[in-house]
Amino acid sequence: MKYVSEYRDARLVHATLEEIRRTVTQPWVLMEICGGQTHSIVRHGLDQLLPPEIEMVHGPGCPVCVTPLELVDKALVIAARPEVIFTSYGDMLRVPGTGRDLFAERAAGADVRVVYSPLDAVRLAQQHPDKQVVFFAIGFETTAPANAMSVLQARALGLRNFSVLVSHVCVPPAMHAILGSPHNRVQAFLAAGHVCAVMGYWQYPPIAAQYQVPIVVTGFEPLDLVQGILMAVRQLETGRVAVENAYTRAVSEAGNLPAQKVIAEVFETRDRKWRGLGLIPQSGWGLRPELAAFDAEQGFEVGDIHPAESPLCIAGQILQGLEKPHRCPAFGRECTPEHPLGATMVSSEGACAAYYRYRPDLVAA
Amino acid sequence: MCLGVPGKIIAIYEIDGLRMGRIDFGGTLREACLSYVPEAVIGDYTIIHVGFALSLLGEADAQASLAALQEIADLALELGPETRAVERVP
Repeated sequence: MKYVSEYRDARLVHATLEEIRRTVTQPWVLMEICGGQTHSIVRHGLDQLLPPEIEMVHGPGCPVCVTPLELVDKALVIAARPEVIFTSYGDMLRVPGTGRDLFAERAAGADVRVVYSPLDAVRLAQQHPDKQVVFFAIGFETTAPANAMSVLQARALGLRNFSVLVSHVCVPPAMHAILGSPHNRVQAFLAAGHVCAVMGYWQYPPIAAQYQVPIVVTGFEPLDLVQGILMAVRQLETGRVAVENAYTRAVSEAGNLPAQKVIAEVFETRDRKWRGLGLIPQSGWGLRPELAAFDAEQGFEVGDIHPAESPLCIAGQILQGLEKPHRCPAFGRECTPEHPLGATMVSSEGACAAYYRYRPDLVAA
Repeated sequence: MCLGVPGKIIAIYEIDGLRMGRIDFGGTLREACLSYVPEAVIGDYTIIHVGFALSLLGEADAQASLAALQEIADLALELGPETRAVERVP
């Protein structure tokens, strides 16, 4: 497929890996932020092909993994209401809430549906005027343009039976939180290519300067990843700190301006809790007050919620790059993709799921 | 969710006031909203996230980055594994 197969060329990947080997002289810790990149790295075995000096740690960029537990619990309560059609991206259905997940609600009779696009949820609201259609609007900057447009479209169509349960988080505040932590090990970042396709990378030079870390905007194919790693390692080895773009075919510095405009029209910056990381100030988005009619959190009374994480799960450590999935005592034992204790074992972007799927050598026999 | 898949725009039309397109992902066809890529025309390649086109793929940039890596590949063959690529700053 065009723009995919060229970036999986094994000869070019190996040559770039060789260049990384020739460049590196000492240990470096790099973090890829995006869970899609984590999966690509582990799936293609790039972590094992890199020279031993380069350690890749996996960041918090898995949208369902960082959606706060209390919001998952709220979703479960709303989904169980008889008048509700609850819609969500597919990844969210198996994410454990306190004691159960959306799949379990569906099995118990709730009308829970997977949609490919939030506009599909708007269409459902048009088709079912007697029902309340709620969309679980989660994600980073990549899903925000789609989620925001669904609200504008519902308003334009005059729908009164559509609302969104919003849990939007942003990458730059998470980078601040990781780099500002006394436990931080990250010396360079691969910035998430598609987040930057939306937002550009004009937000990153102050972060690179403040913490003296190279930041390289990086894509998702194997060649994209090794190129991003090479550019970061070159900076580290020469003592240079800059924001560079290894994904020029999809990302410009300014990003997608029409998308940024719609995001600003629908959302405002808020403090947000991140599952596993806790509250990060001004780290996400919520609906603007003038769109409160579309806010499911205000539209549905959910009563008292008592969220409780599994005491075994170390997802919070993994999401900060402080631990690796296979070092969790529950990995592959109590916690598997079929019976996940934490969200990182569920998603197609979760680090634990990537290790479980692509590194059978690390799963306990 | 954040991966995004590149596909080719093969038709452009309007539904409920939104600019939509039919996208060909190597044989699989899907619909996507084109509101965020107003400059898109039939034949363009775009990356789709959760049903929305978020960027058009630049042919020239794609070729340039491949050519740069091709040079590395050629150079690596010439130099072999023992050479250091970058002089360290002490």
